[in-house]
Amino acid sequence: MLLNTLFIALRSIRRNLLRSFLTILGIVIGVAAVITMVTLGNGATQAVQLKIASLGSNLLMVRPGQRQGPGGAGGGSVPSFKEADAEAILTQIGGVATVAPEGRSSVTVIANGRNWATTVTGSSNAWFQTGNWTLAAGRPFTDDEQVSGAAVCVIGETVRRELYGGAAGSQGLGEQLRIKQFSCTVIGILASKGQAGMGNDQDDTVLVPLHTLQRRVTGNRIVATLLVAMQDGADSAPIKNALTQLLRERRKLGDGDDDNFNVLDTQQLAETLSGTTQVMTALLGAVAAVSLLVGGIGIMNIMLVSVTERTREIGLRLAIGALEREVLLQFLIEAVVLSALGGVAGIVIATVASILLSSIMGIPYLFDPAINLLSLAFSAGIGVIFGYFPARRAAQLDPIEALRHE
Amino acid sequence: MSAAQSPSATPLIRLAAVTKVYGTGQAELLALKGIDLSINAGEFVAIMGPSGSGKSTAMNILGCLDTPTGGQYLFHGAHVEALTRDQRARLRRRFLGFVFQGFNLLARTSAQENVELPLLYRGDSAEVRRAAASRALASVGLTGWEEHTPAELSGGQQQRVAIARAIVTQPAVLLADEPTGNLDSQRSVEIMELLQGLNEAHGITVLMVTHEPDMAAYARRLVHFVDGHIASDEANASPTRPLAATTRSH
Ligand SMILES: Nc1ncnc2c1ncn2[C@@H]1O[C@H](COP(=O)(O)OP(=O)(O)O)[C@@H](O)[C@H]1O
Ligand SMILES: [Mg+2]
Repeated sequence: MLLNTLFIALRSIRRNLLRSFLTILGIVIGVAAVITMVTLGNGATQAVQLKIASLGSNLLMVRPGQRQGPGGAGGGSVPSFKEADAEAILTQIGGVATVAPEGRSSVTVIANGRNWATTVTGSSNAWFQTGNWTLAAGRPFTDDEQVSGAAVCVIGETVRRELYGGAAGSQGLGEQLRIKQFSCTVIGILASKGQAGMGNDQDDTVLVPLHTLQRRVTGNRIVATLLVAMQDGADSAPIKNALTQLLRERRKLGDGDDDNFNVLDTQQLAETLSGTTQVMTALLGAVAAVSLLVGGIGIMNIMLVSVTERTREIGLRLAIGALEREVLLQFLIEAVVLSALGGVAGIVIATVASILLSSIMGIPYLFDPAINLLSLAFSAGIGVIFGYFPARRAAQLDPIEALRHE
Repeated sequence: MSAAQSPSATPLIRLAAVTKVYGTGQAELLALKGIDLSINAGEFVAIMGPSGSGKSTAMNILGCLDTPTGGQYLFHGAHVEALTRDQRARLRRRFLGFVFQGFNLLARTSAQENVELPLLYRGDSAEVRRAAASRALASVGLTGWEEHTPAELSGGQQQRVAIARAIVTQPAVLLADEPTGNLDSQRSVEIMELLQGLNEAHGITVLMVTHEPDMAAYARRLVHFVDGHIASDEANASPTRPLAATTRSH
């Protein structure tokens, strides 16, 4: 009986393709929306996490400025850091692996007859460690070069490619590079980190010794940021406390004064940011779930209409000897097959859309089996519920009553 | 003249004091007021009477689509009034074929598939269904029309598909409630000749409701309903014959 009824149900679907299509349209859209939203949300979350991971784990970023003030970091009257601060942190606080003082400036670099707008970063060799950088070619700075502010630089892969071309890490080493008024020798090439997600290219940088930046580019002694790398497995809270205490002393802040610098913990940042994107994902998913629900109501609507339309058909089937449960089963199978088809179509559309959109948005595509299964189960459930109840009402009618139905 | 008319000890169908009440309370309506009727296998009975006299009500009870309010209905010796819904469905599936005034074919469905439908519920295999449906369509003169959908067929052709669907299970009884009600007179004559042929050649018992005397004249027994009663029940000694058959028999 089951096989037979399955056959009858499939025949009925095939015979009424337009009606079948309309029935599942809502489900297709709903399922596609939910899966796409959640998949993109997951991708965005991962992109954020990747970006933060690429900043270097176990890193404290210290910037001058009022904590959470409306002006943010770098408020006008707030004193900047000095190189000596970095030295003090490294020697006086336990658990610190290395400290890199950092300054930055936006410049246009020129080499090989080409221009490239980028950021020049001035720091020490410690910078490589704080940022998890390795060299694809060449060498780091010598102590001499760092102290004297020599005209040498290490360039990121993007800068290298734009100025010198060729395969990754290949050309550019030993060449000259003009930054503003001075010319420096490329002594090293950073290994590419790739896109950190959402259009942020970390490889687009030129590194020079801090003194080189201060003397030849910015013309001041400002250290904008202190990058503090903690030792592996070190607990960030006590280090942060000790760091804050030390800097307060060095900056001569009284007991009542607010901190005039802030400490950003990348781990904390990672948690906060990915928490935010997760909330966003949940929100988007909820909005999409509403559309799935609307799709379900659409199925119910069409099922109701189609059962009404088909009441005479049901009457006929009953009259020629179909059992009530056979008619019911037929409608149930039709509904389940249709909504499962809708679910599968939704999944296919969502997969294509997610892959496309995530590549456009520059975030990774992450297949999430749970949400796919959930949407499929939900659409099948809707089909069963909304297919079953109208059909049951009709199958319980007297055959003659059903036949007489207009 | 016909072997099918030989009286048998127990009739195929027996209604005894059958009543049918529709509605309750104020709206209560006594549609059948005690019907006694016996029909033997192989009979061709026309049920006539004015509109509202209870013909369809009686047909629905005879066709096991509905149950009497009072009285007894014996089919093949079984008490139909005591059967469950599913038992009646099985009985219809096994013994009865229906032809309706409005054809009631499945839309967008070929004649072949429409005729196969009752066999599907019997669980017949695809080959059996195909062969039986082709035979049934051939016996109503629709060979070559198997793949046409109802929309592509005339009213007369649709009713013939419906007849093929009714006889494909080789039922004992064919019930037709105003089968020619939606057809013009030429098409009606064709349907009547078809029913007469099925009755005489295949021995199918035919019960037909009509209010057209011309159509009733094809039957060999005429039952008149008036106001929920049987007013008269008489044999038709000389049923109308197709022209060709009349010529041959003389
Ligand atoms: N389902 C029903 N509910 C209530 N009254 C009905 C129903 N079917 C028929 N009737 C009434 O029963 C009487 C007999 O109807 P019916 O058997 O259809 O007559 P006929 O077929 O001879 O025209 C009519 O008065 C009709 O209005
Ligand atoms: Mg009637």
